[in-house]
Amino acid sequence: MPPAYIPLLLFSLLVLAFPVVTLIVLKYIRPGSGGGPTKFQPYEYGILPETSASRPYSTRFYIIAMLFVIFNVETVFLFPWAVLFRSWLAAHLAGFALIPMFVFLGILLVGYVWLYKKGAFDLASLR
Amino acid sequence: MSPMLHSILAFVQAWWVELLCALLIVLVVPLIAVYIALVERKFMADVQARPDSTRVGPHSLLQQIPDALKLLFKEDLIPANADQFIFWFAPVLSMTAALTSMGAVAFGPWFQVARDINLGLLFAVGVSALRPLGIILGGWASNNHYPIIGALRSTAQLISYETTAGFALVSGFLLAGTLNVRAIVEIQRTDQAWFVFLAPVGFFIYLIASIVETNREPFDLPETKSELVAGSIAEYGGFRWLLYFLAEYANRIVVASVGTTLFLGGWLRPFPNVRWLIWLDAAPTLLLAAVGAYCVFRAGKQPAREQSLFMWAVALACFVVAAIFALAAPFGHLPFELMHNGLYGAFWLLLKVSAYIYIFTWLRFTLPRFRFDQLMRLGWHILIPLALINVVDVGIALALSSEFGLNRWLSMVITTVATLGAAMLLLHWNDKYADAASAGLLADSSVVEGTHAG
Repeated sequence: MPPAYIPLLLFSLLVLAFPVVTLIVLKYIRPGSGGGPTKFQPYEYGILPETSASRPYSTRFYIIAMLFVIFNVETVFLFPWAVLFRSWLAAHLAGFALIPMFVFLGILLVGYVWLYKKGAFDLASLR
Repeated sequence: MSPMLHSILAFVQAWWVELLCALLIVLVVPLIAVYIALVERKFMADVQARPDSTRVGPHSLLQQIPDALKLLFKEDLIPANADQFIFWFAPVLSMTAALTSMGAVAFGPWFQVARDINLGLLFAVGVSALRPLGIILGGWASNNHYPIIGALRSTAQLISYETTAGFALVSGFLLAGTLNVRAIVEIQRTDQAWFVFLAPVGFFIYLIASIVETNREPFDLPETKSELVAGSIAEYGGFRWLLYFLAEYANRIVVASVGTTLFLGGWLRPFPNVRWLIWLDAAPTLLLAAVGAYCVFRAGKQPAREQSLFMWAVALACFVVAAIFALAAPFGHLPFELMHNGLYGAFWLLLKVSAYIYIFTWLRFTLPRFRFDQLMRLGWHILIPLALINVVDVGIALALSSEFGLNRWLSMVITTVATLGAAMLLLHWNDKYADAASAGLLADSSVVEGTHAG
């Protein structure tokens, strides 16, 4: 690990310790809780819950998750290109810098249009 | 002296600034978060034309302290059929992710936990991407319908707009050519322009995406207090709720700092290269002196003698601190250098971050809430293609000015107009689509609730 990351590591440990230590310490300080079993029911506007909350949910959310993976990987490819872009321009390699990314984004655009036509982005029409 | 102790001492000597900064962030950010909430309450009272609480301290400035203490000592309730460990762990994860990403943010040229790491902003963006994990774990572990619906909505919304924010940030990185926070700010000084002027559309998209990512009011679907109780955190109370609350406010500070660093010139003052504006460097001192003068002005008008005395005391404190700053500025010795770099560097950044967060609050009380499908349509149908087009256009603008010697501002204007034209086309198509879609929506209302089992 490069040395500049060591303070960051210590910092993240400190940040993790803050809620953990407070939670554990407060457990012994704060007054104890009483009450019967109904108190520990899930909050359901005062009535007893009829079903467990673990039940199937709309597949729409899975599609959004997959779309996220696809498009966020695109940003991962765009980041290094964006960082190197100015140094390529300084070396007068504008074509080299722009054209491959145009091809890449063109392929992405075709995929986007296909998904659009399929209705993957329409949360209303997915059944 | 044992070698172990010696190496620890050497480490502290080498990294004491970073370690001090780490400690300060952990100690101060929760306090700042709590006071942002107070400002928000005052703002809300102002917008709704009603008085806010006035009891605890002057202008209820101390109100948040008993509130926080109450939350700390409140009964700690875990629902019977919740997943105990994950219920315990989820708020801790949220809080840790939010504060850790603050480690890469530079509060001034000098004040940063991770100095000189090349991936500064990538670290901040990447770690704060753990945010949906804390929310969905908390919602799932509660084992209650409302939190699960809230958590699913929240995750869908956060991950959609994370992509949008990523594409918007790329347009800034194109202009910066680096991910190192300090280098990004320095480039905005040498380029003599904040990147918001070179990539206005990119900043606008980032602004919207950052509001969505922090669950602010026009897009606060994960919480929607009137529909989903409190969304994914409905079962949380006491200190655990406080952790989620702090995480949310810390996130707000993180997205505002990332946006400020990349687009609004970080800790640079306005027009950093204009010589005759150099007095702006003394802005913190001048501001303190102005506050002191205002207190003197108000002291005579107080109804009670104690209040008047208090105002005089505040004025005196302001003047003393301002005098110390003014006298310390010319000296190069260590404590003064520390104060100068830490304070004067952080002043403009914190001012811009405050303005950014103020805009969040302003929008909260101005706009009505979006519907879930409207929010997702805005993201996937308009903002993501627009952000991609914007990336291409910023790239073309840079290439035009470097290859053909076109004026930087001229090429910027041309490409921005092209981007805006594309935005108009996208909006036009989307309007045609939206009419058809809302007709379908009315036929199936379960879509709006997000509970429709597929």
